[in-house]
Amino acid sequence: MSILVDMNGIEKLFPGVHALKSVQFELREGEVHALMGENGAGKSTLMKILSGVYTKDGGSVQVMGKDVVFAGPREAQDAGVGIIHQELSLMNDLTVAQNIFIGREPRNFLGILDEALLNKNAKDIFRRMNVAMDVGSDVGTMTIAKQQMVEIAKALSYNSKILIMDEPTAALNDTEIQELFRIIDQLKADGVGIVYISHKMDEIKQISDRVTVMRDGEFVGVRDSKDTSIEDIISMMVGRDLELETEQKPDTSDNTTALEVKNLNRGKFVKDVSFSLKKGEILGFAGLMGAGRTEVARVIFGADRLESGEIYVDGDRKYIDTPSKAVEAGIGYLSEDRKHFGLVLGMDVRTNISLASIARFGSALGVLDEAKISKTATDFISKLDIRTPSEKQEVKLLSGGNQQKVVIAKWLLRDCDILIFDEPTRGVDVGAKSEIYKILRDLAASGKAIIVISSELPEILRLSHRIAVMCEGNLTGFLPANSSQEEIMRLATATMQSSNNKNNQISEMSS
Amino acid sequence: MNDTTINSSELGANSLVERAKRNQHRFWAFSGLIFLVIGFSLASPNFFQTSNIISILQATSVNGVLAIAATLVIITAGIDLSVGTLMTFCAVVAGVLLTNLGLPMYIGIPGALLAGFLAGALSGFFVAKLNIPPFIATLGMMLVYKGLSLAICGGRPIYFNDTEGFVDISTGSIIGHVFPAFPIPNGVLILFLVAILASFILTRTILGRFIFALGSNEEALRLSGVNTDRWKIVVYSLAGGICAIAGILLASRINSAQPAIGQGYELDAIAAVVIGGTSLSGGKGTMLGTIIGALIISVVANGLRILSVPQEWQIVVTGSIIILAVYADQLRRGKT
Repeated sequence: MSILVDMNGIEKLFPGVHALKSVQFELREGEVHALMGENGAGKSTLMKILSGVYTKDGGSVQVMGKDVVFAGPREAQDAGVGIIHQELSLMNDLTVAQNIFIGREPRNFLGILDEALLNKNAKDIFRRMNVAMDVGSDVGTMTIAKQQMVEIAKALSYNSKILIMDEPTAALNDTEIQELFRIIDQLKADGVGIVYISHKMDEIKQISDRVTVMRDGEFVGVRDSKDTSIEDIISMMVGRDLELETEQKPDTSDNTTALEVKNLNRGKFVKDVSFSLKKGEILGFAGLMGAGRTEVARVIFGADRLESGEIYVDGDRKYIDTPSKAVEAGIGYLSEDRKHFGLVLGMDVRTNISLASIARFGSALGVLDEAKISKTATDFISKLDIRTPSEKQEVKLLSGGNQQKVVIAKWLLRDCDILIFDEPTRGVDVGAKSEIYKILRDLAASGKAIIVISSELPEILRLSHRIAVMCEGNLTGFLPANSSQEEIMRLATATMQSSNNKNNQISEMSS
Repeated sequence: MNDTTINSSELGANSLVERAKRNQHRFWAFSGLIFLVIGFSLASPNFFQTSNIISILQATSVNGVLAIAATLVIITAGIDLSVGTLMTFCAVVAGVLLTNLGLPMYIGIPGALLAGFLAGALSGFFVAKLNIPPFIATLGMMLVYKGLSLAICGGRPIYFNDTEGFVDISTGSIIGHVFPAFPIPNGVLILFLVAILASFILTRTILGRFIFALGSNEEALRLSGVNTDRWKIVVYSLAGGICAIAGILLASRINSAQPAIGQGYELDAIAAVVIGGTSLSGGKGTMLGTIIGALIISVVANGLRILSVPQEWQIVVTGSIIILAVYADQLRRGKT
C-alpha cells in the first residue's frame, strides 16, 4: 500500500492565532482516513492546506512521494487532490455535465463546444462510480444528495487520487448515506484515498480505516478504527487539562425566572425547544456545529421568525417577531458573527456603542448630543478596558477581543436584562478571553440572566451554572455545572444513534 | 504608563492622517472644480463674469437639490431613479393646486412638498416592506410619475402666470436686495440651505447616523434592535420631499410645470453624487462632495458652451468626467 499524502510538522499562523502546531497526517492508497476534532481543532485548516486554499507557514507536504507547495486550489487539483466542501459549490442553472467540466469543455475542430462529447465524458465518470445520473438535467433541480454525487464526479474528473470530504453526510438521509458509503467503497477499491471529516461517531466506525484526532491545532494521535472505541476517540478529542481552568464560580442565580420559552419550533434546527433562565444565572448551550443553538437564539431574539412556541419575559408572554421587539422586551443578542452582525465595521467605537440606544442621545428633533455619546463611550472604554487609541477609532482596526468588548458595551448601554452571548470568545486571544469571562460573571452577579452559546466545552464548563445540550435541533438534556466533557459529548451526539428516522431531506446550513 | 501615552498620541496623529485621507476625494473633486474654472477663465474672457457665474449657479440649483435627495438614498446603499420624474410630478401638483384650483401659495407649495414626501414614502415602503430592490422599485415609480404627470396635464404644460411671486421663488434675489453687488438668485440660496440642512441631518442627527449604518451594515443595525424598515421609509420620504423642492425651483424658473421633462435628470443627479465621492455601495458620502459634483457638471456644460463646443460633445465630456472621477477614486483606494 503506497502512501498518497504525507504531511509533517505543518504550521499555520493567522493574525493572533497559532492555528496549526506541528501537525502530521498520512493518507494511504485505498484508505478512508477519518479526521476528527472539536470545532476549531484545525481540521479544516489542515485540509485547506492540502487542497491549496491556504499556504502553510512551516512543515512539509508530500503528495505521492513528491514534495509539493500548492499556490492555489487549481495546482492541488492538477496534482490529484480533490475536495468536496460542506457547502456545495455548483452552478444551479447549468447541467450536471456542464458543471463537471466547467472551464475545461471539449471543443470540436472549429473551436465550438462539443456538447455531445461533454455529456459522454460525464456519463463515463458516473459509470465508473456506478451511479445512475441524467447528466443533462440542471443541478439546481436535484436533491442535495445528487448534487453531492456531482461534486464527487467533478473531483474524479480531475483524476483525483485523493479526495477530501468535509461533513459529506450532514444533509443526507439514511438511504442516501448508504449510497454514499457504497460509492466510497468503490473508490477505495480503485485505490483512491479519502479524507473523511465528520462529527458522527457511528459513521466513523462504519466507514473509516484509520482515525486521526486533532485538538487545539495539534496532532493528538492516529488509531486503527476497528481497534478504537467511540469513548476513546471522544476522550482524545476533549482531553485537555481541566484543572488549569477551574476557578471559583459563585452561583449567583436567584430564584426569579427571567426568561422562559416553551415549545419553540422553526424548521430543522429548532425542534420543540423549552427551557427557563433565572436572574443571575449563566446557562451554557453546548452542542456540535449545526445543532441549532444559534438558531434558538435567533428566534428568541426575533432575528428569525418563530413557527410556533411561546416566549415569556418576567412571566409575561411576549410576541417577538423583530429584533426591535426583543430589545424592547429586554433581550439582547451578541451574534457569533460579530463582523457581519454585531458591528458596523466602518464606523467608530462610539457610534457602535451607541447604536442600540441612540434615541437616548437625541433631542426631540433627533439632533444628537455628540459630547454625551463620546463621554458614554469613553466610560465604557475604561470600564471594560477596551484597548483603542480613542473612542473615534474605526472598530475594524481593533483586535477581535476589543471588538467583542465594543459589542458587549453596546448591549450594556442598552441595559437589557437578558443577554445571549453566541460564541463570545471566537477569534479572541487568550488574555482577552479571561477578561470576557470576568465580564460575564460580573454581569450575572449583578442580576442579569445570561445564555452563553459556545462550541468550546471547557468554556461552557468554566462559565455555566447549568448546561443545556442540543443535537440536531433538539434540546437533548440539561447537565449540572460539574459535568464532564464526556457527558456533554454524549448528549451532543445523542440523537445520532437513536433518531435515525424520517425527514432529513433538507439542505444543511452551517450554524 | 509613559509608553501608552506616547503610543496613543501617535495613534491620534494617525487618525488625523486618516481623516485627511477620508476627505481626499472631496479635496480632489474641489481641486478639479478650481482647475476647470481657471482653465475656462483662461480660455475665454466671457467665462469668469459675475453674470456667467450666477448663471452657472442658477443652472446648478435644480440638479444640485435633486443630487442631495439622491445622496441620502445612495448612502443607505439604495438608489432612487425616480427623482427626476418625481420632481416633475411635484411641479405638476403645484400647478394643479395653484393654477387649476387657484389656491394660494401657502397651500400650493406645502401641498407639492407633501406629495413629494408621500411619493417617497411609497418607494420606501416598496423597498423596506415588500423587499423590492431599490433599483426596480424606483425604476417602476419613475415611469409611474412620468405617466401621471402627463395624464394630469393632458400633455400640456401648466403655467403659473396667475400666481404672483411664483417666479421669484427661484429667480428673485433676496440677497441682491440687500447687497446689490451680489444678485445671487433665490434658487441658489435655496440649494445651499437645503445642502446645509441635509448635511446637518447626515452628520448630527439620529436619522443621519442610521443612514450611514444602513449603508454600512444593515443587518447589524437590525440586530441592534433598530426598526430598519421604518427608517428606510423615512429616508426615501425625505428624499421625496427634497425632490419636491427641486420641482418647485424648476417650475418657478421656467414659470410652468412641463410634464414631459424630468426623465434623465436622475442620471445627472447620480452623476453629481458619484463625482462628489459618494460610494454607490453605500455607507460613505458627503453633501459637500455632492454639491461640488453638481457644480463640476454645470461648469463643464457652461464652459464648453462658451467655447462653442457643440452640445453633443458636451455630453461626451460629462460622461468622460464621471468615468475619470470614479477611476481616480479607485486608483487612490488601491494605493492606500
